[in-house]
Amino acid sequence: MSKTILTIDDSRMMREMLLMVLQGAGFNVVQAEDGQQGLDKLAEAKPDVIITDINMPVMDGYGFIEGARKDQRHRATPILVLSTESSPEKKQRAREAGATGWIVKPFQADTLLDVVRRVSA
Amino acid sequence: MDPMDAIKQTYFQECDELLASLEEGLLALEAGEGDSDTINAVFRAVHSVKGGAGAFGFEAMVEFAHVFETSLDLMRSGKLDPDPDVLKLMLRASDVLVDHVQAAKGEGVVDEGRSHAILDELAALTNSEPLASRASAVGSSADPATDEWGFAPLKFELDEPATATWRLVMRPTAAMYAKGHDALLFLRELSRLGEISVTMDASTLPAFADLNPENAYICWSVELPGTVDETAIRDVFDFVGDDCPIELSRAEGGSAPMIDLTDFLPPPAQQSINEPEHGAPVVDDKAVVVPDKATKGAAPSAGATIRVDLERVDRMIDLVGELVINQAMLAQRVTESGVGRSSTIAMGLDELEQLTREIQDSVMAIRAQPVKSVFQRMPRLVREAASATGKQVRLVMEGEGTEVDKTVIERLSDPITHMLRNAIDHGLESPEERARAGKPEEGTVRLAALHRSGRIIIEVSDDGKGINRPKVREIAVAKGLIAADAPLTDDEIDNLIFLPGFSTASAISNLSGRGVGMDVVKRSIQALGGRIVIASQPGKGSVFTLSLPLTLAVLDGMVITAGEQTLVAPLTAIVETLRPKPEEVRPLGPTGAVLATRGMHVPLIDIGVALGLRTTPIDPTTGVILLVDGEGGGRAALVADEIQGQRQVVIKSLEANYQRVEGVAAATILGDGRVALILDVDAVFDKRLGERQLAKAS
Repeated sequence: MSKTILTIDDSRMMREMLLMVLQGAGFNVVQAEDGQQGLDKLAEAKPDVIITDINMPVMDGYGFIEGARKDQRHRATPILVLSTESSPEKKQRAREAGATGWIVKPFQADTLLDVVRRVSA
Repeated sequence: MDPMDAIKQTYFQECDELLASLEEGLLALEAGEGDSDTINAVFRAVHSVKGGAGAFGFEAMVEFAHVFETSLDLMRSGKLDPDPDVLKLMLRASDVLVDHVQAAKGEGVVDEGRSHAILDELAALTNSEPLASRASAVGSSADPATDEWGFAPLKFELDEPATATWRLVMRPTAAMYAKGHDALLFLRELSRLGEISVTMDASTLPAFADLNPENAYICWSVELPGTVDETAIRDVFDFVGDDCPIELSRAEGGSAPMIDLTDFLPPPAQQSINEPEHGAPVVDDKAVVVPDKATKGAAPSAGATIRVDLERVDRMIDLVGELVINQAMLAQRVTESGVGRSSTIAMGLDELEQLTREIQDSVMAIRAQPVKSVFQRMPRLVREAASATGKQVRLVMEGEGTEVDKTVIERLSDPITHMLRNAIDHGLESPEERARAGKPEEGTVRLAALHRSGRIIIEVSDDGKGINRPKVREIAVAKGLIAADAPLTDDEIDNLIFLPGFSTASAISNLSGRGVGMDVVKRSIQALGGRIVIASQPGKGSVFTLSLPLTLAVLDGMVITAGEQTLVAPLTAIVETLRPKPEEVRPLGPTGAVLATRGMHVPLIDIGVALGLRTTPIDPTTGVILLVDGEGGGRAALVADEIQGQRQVVIKSLEANYQRVEGVAAATILGDGRVALILDVDAVFDKRLGERQLAKAS
């Protein structure tokens, strides 16, 4: 059974890139375009790992992480933040919200896969 | 296509959308209509452009977008006031960002000087460090290496791994406690190494009734500063050995720990996560990949829209065109074979015709696009035109969602550009002049799109001075375009500006005085089967109204015969058809003739002669006359042999299949399989240009 990854990013380009990398490595990929969509898709997608952007319309990544952590089934699901930002305050905020890790865009395919496998193993 | 190329294309498309929303947002803010959502959207747009630029290694764009983003971030957090000056700067910055994207596409160059000037201005807003250090900070990702995916440059961090927090999980066993050790001692020992943060995991603790007090149920995770030496940590547990297994790893968090996964994970999962945690060999990956391939693609994402290559849609439209022609041919054959109208065959054909029409409409709808893609380029143009003329201009756009076929959209840009420039250059007054006239110093130019009776209408209006009719008339007379005593209505005078070679600009400005007048605009619009008219009120402004067919793929036409040729005249050009009475036809000069109708004298043009199908015109009273609208408000009477009927035809390019023919716009295939030429009414009309001006006698 291949693992399912929920990717949440408002950028189509970023979603496609993640899709290419993750699908290429044999993961199932479910995409969402903002935090709210991400929450909406949680139940059905049952992701093993979640990769989320921070700056998104409708609901940002912090909102998503907080929302996901309120869901008993996803209290422990690894949530990786994928963002161009890397300021300590923003990371701290993501941590407080319940993020598992932080990856700075642009990402390296191998490293991303490595991290995803590590947290989903 | 290489997947990376495909993604790059997606990125560029996305950039176009993002840049459009950026400009839209900034304009809304400038107009005082924006709120914090608008600022957020504007910020996100630049942010996303930057994100992708980084992925593809467009360093100059990253640098520019970074500074831009920083200033927008300040605005977002309320530290920078979105006052008019700031927004003007940001609008200019958005223009430069557009240039950067174009340059990345390989479709232009960035004006380095301008880019840097704006960077400096933005930097001044944000009081950030000088450009050089910023550049180096941003450029740190400039690793030229490209991995197997072609991602370059590459930048990844899991929070500076070298100093990442240590995460230690200790699992005391019953054996350990039995040996007199105490977990607390280890925690104290660890706290001597640095500031620690301890989390207890009591999730395996059973209900009190089931509790065996001699068992060990509780484990702890401890976070230690990343600077602590690994051996120092391991030394703490040296003595206890296997009685208290530990797992030590670098946390994914930075200086402070991320939420500890082990807090949430049930013990079995906890166990499994620990093994690969500590420098897991990548060999494991193979085991993951291989079985997964089998079920790959099980969860494709569903969306409300799909993206399709335009080529495929075009191909489909072509095919549907063929289908329409075939259906018409089939219908004609069936009629010719004498099958009754009420027969099942004829009825089946009727249904087929209905369906074919519906398919055609649906396919055309696929290619329809909102005019927004053209409109969104206009604010920049207006800004530049305004600064070039020193006028203050506010652009109001309406109906951006109005849809029109993509083939039409592509050709709207030039006429709109020209009309807007014209409105700013010739329509609007200078601020001083406006103030004197009691108008607000800022002029308003309105660009609107709407649907009206199966056509798209584009209106460009301004609240400027309107057309100076005496001057227009004077120029037209001086240039020999009209007779000095020609009695013209106000409307007719206004529309003189569309005559070739007409220009009212007293001085050639560098904006619209490039020798390209409104006549060129009119011609290009007519080439699309469109019309343009102007209405003007002195002192109050002018309105250019441009009307175009919604598609260039099909045409409602009147099928006529001239000189034994079947031709199609576009219905939109035809005002009226009539059979003239002999007394209505009056000779003019040695060969010409005019038609007296509705109190006007209209030049008669024999279509057969105009197209070179015959040398002598037929007697107009034996034929049919199509009254068509011409330029400058004039009309012409085209003489055809007979009218066969009216139908929708599929337009086939003549240039693409044969060559350009004077007087012919395109071709089509009729139901009987014959090729019919579609008349270029205006080209036919043009042949009588000279006469048209004189024909206006009452």
